[in-house]
Amino acid sequence: MLAPTALLTGMGLVSGLGLAVAAKFFAVEVDPRQEQIADILPGANCGGCGLAGCSDFASAVVAGSISPADCPVADDETAQLIAEIMGVTVEAKDPQVAIVLCQGNIDIAAKKYRYNGLASCASASLLGGGDKGCGQGCLGLADCQRVCGFDAVEMTAEGIAKIIPERCTACGQCITACPKDIIKLIPANSEIHVLCSSHEKGAAAKKNCGTFCLGCKKCEKFYGEIPQIKIDSFLALVDYNNPPTNPEVAEVCPADAIVYLPKDKQTGRYV
Amino acid sequence: MKFRGGIHPQYNKITADLSVEALPLMEKYVVPVAQHLGAPGKLLVAKGDEVFKGQPLTEAAGFVSVPVHAPTSGKIKAIKNLPHPIGIPMQAIEITPDEQDTLWDEIKPVGNWRELDPATMKSAIQNAGVVGMGGATFPTHVKLSPPEDKPIDYLILNGAECEPYLTADHRVMLEQPADVLEGVGLMMRILGVKKAVVGIENNKPDACKALQDNCPEDLDIDFVMLETKYPQGSEKHLIYALTGRAVPPGKLPMEVGCVVQNVGTAVACLEAVRDGMPMISRVATVTGSGINRPTNINFRVGTLLSDILAFCDGVNPETGKVIFGGPMMGIGQFDMSVPAIKGTSGILCLQNDEIAQFEGGPCIRCGNCVETCPMGLVPSILGLLSERFEFTEMGDNHIADCIECGSCAYVCPSHRPLVQLFKRGKVEWRVIQEKQNG
Repeated sequence: MLAPTALLTGMGLVSGLGLAVAAKFFAVEVDPRQEQIADILPGANCGGCGLAGCSDFASAVVAGSISPADCPVADDETAQLIAEIMGVTVEAKDPQVAIVLCQGNIDIAAKKYRYNGLASCASASLLGGGDKGCGQGCLGLADCQRVCGFDAVEMTAEGIAKIIPERCTACGQCITACPKDIIKLIPANSEIHVLCSSHEKGAAAKKNCGTFCLGCKKCEKFYGEIPQIKIDSFLALVDYNNPPTNPEVAEVCPADAIVYLPKDKQTGRYV
Repeated sequence: MKFRGGIHPQYNKITADLSVEALPLMEKYVVPVAQHLGAPGKLLVAKGDEVFKGQPLTEAAGFVSVPVHAPTSGKIKAIKNLPHPIGIPMQAIEITPDEQDTLWDEIKPVGNWRELDPATMKSAIQNAGVVGMGGATFPTHVKLSPPEDKPIDYLILNGAECEPYLTADHRVMLEQPADVLEGVGLMMRILGVKKAVVGIENNKPDACKALQDNCPEDLDIDFVMLETKYPQGSEKHLIYALTGRAVPPGKLPMEVGCVVQNVGTAVACLEAVRDGMPMISRVATVTGSGINRPTNINFRVGTLLSDILAFCDGVNPETGKVIFGGPMMGIGQFDMSVPAIKGTSGILCLQNDEIAQFEGGPCIRCGNCVETCPMGLVPSILGLLSERFEFTEMGDNHIADCIECGSCAYVCPSHRPLVQLFKRGKVEWRVIQEKQNG
């Protein structure tokens, strides 16, 4: 009874000692700041920064190869905290969100053909650009939802993707995943959007979808001298550097492409 | 020799006995600038220009590029993006014919191929816009220019026509056997090879006999009857069946000393040299249960699909699908205003009851696809990997060697959309490789 107990205890002691020595001699030097940064990062490992995860980002910051503000998910407060740890200053960054610039749901968008294949937008778009008549329409097969690490993409019952701004962290994964390139990052406080991505001329766009921008320039003229919405080859583009504020522009649009999504001034949330 | 795998679908060659009809002049032609693999040509004409039949509309932009030509004389109405058989609108030249059908005055014979030197003939073939007419539309002069360190000892003429329904090559061999063989001789001279082999599936003995009867005495051409099996007409499988040589993965037939050309291409090469005539028309099969009058046609490149269907008395109301090419590898069309182009070997109209839409089920690991794959791949595993978006693993499992013949999907009892899964995987694998190689 005594011998096995002593033997086991002895083995434990020897191994423990070995581990203690190994920990001392083979220790990997880690900059303590790296751990501090990793602790305050969002920890979602979304890959939005282009690196493998949050600890990778932390070591890149310490190595100086990436700016503390380059984590797209972290808010301005976190960025400033990281900058403080590193002893550098970063410019204040405005929060952003992603938005799907398409309203062509199954009720209003025409289809070219019946798609019977893998439920993935990237696969569908290999077949003549997908089944939607409009070449820039949301295909509704949820590639963006699949890659979102924050559960911020909702597939509506009408078959198009919609970003939930409260959950969106602007990591940009959905933008990469979308084969139609119709998801964009915009300032989180902007309220007026052109929810169409079609550069087709009016008649062609109308054939494909019930809600479309025909490039009539009514919105551009609405703002007068310095237009906050500009037409670029038959598509109105919101100038988010100088975002439009007057909600009446939505009334001007003859095809309902411009929408006004009001936000609560205090909380910044949609009302 | 027989290649491994493959399938025996119902062949339905209902138009095999119908001779080729030339289409009348239509009211409108749409000639896409890009009709071949490689760089699209550069525009030579502008809106409003008068052009003549056979006049080049574009010029080759580089070596792997060919021009397109006006199918008839007339006026250029527009140059803009128009529907293209690949499904995406592409730049195309719309021509309104003047109904004179005047030949361009610079079209004249290049000479006798038995006397001309290969370089002259190659440039004549490129200027005539000749591309592989089997469907892949690879510029022919490129295939006829193997690098010097790759000696070629066989020219193989592909008369297999293994796609069900299609009979265009069959008709060309029956109706123009002398032209086909002269074309073979011409290509043999360009390549400097002494020996040519013609491979024909054994369901076309009449075509083989017609060629044998017309073989010029100065040419050493073998005629081989092949087993009727899909995909016998695939380049690599045809080479294996005829010579026993296996083309290594990722390599071209020239690696094993072979060049494969389609029968239609042989005729087009001959016409380019003998008559100086560019490739402005081709033979295709209009077939299927959906078309009211199945037949073989000789259409001008740029003829609208709607015009071709009208020539064949239209489609019946039960028609649910129109395919450019054959049922195995063709491309479904959703817009009847697309033009038929250089690579259009057939127009297949299927009825609704023939195109049952089904939902793909899970893989039941029966192994049918593994036994069938003529490339020796494991389609079941590749399909599962594609469904899980594991594209790097697909690459490791040799997705790049898939020829998209569809044999696996044909035998799959679970109706899995395997070819579609592989096409996606190939695209993603190419992106991954480009990233790796910088």
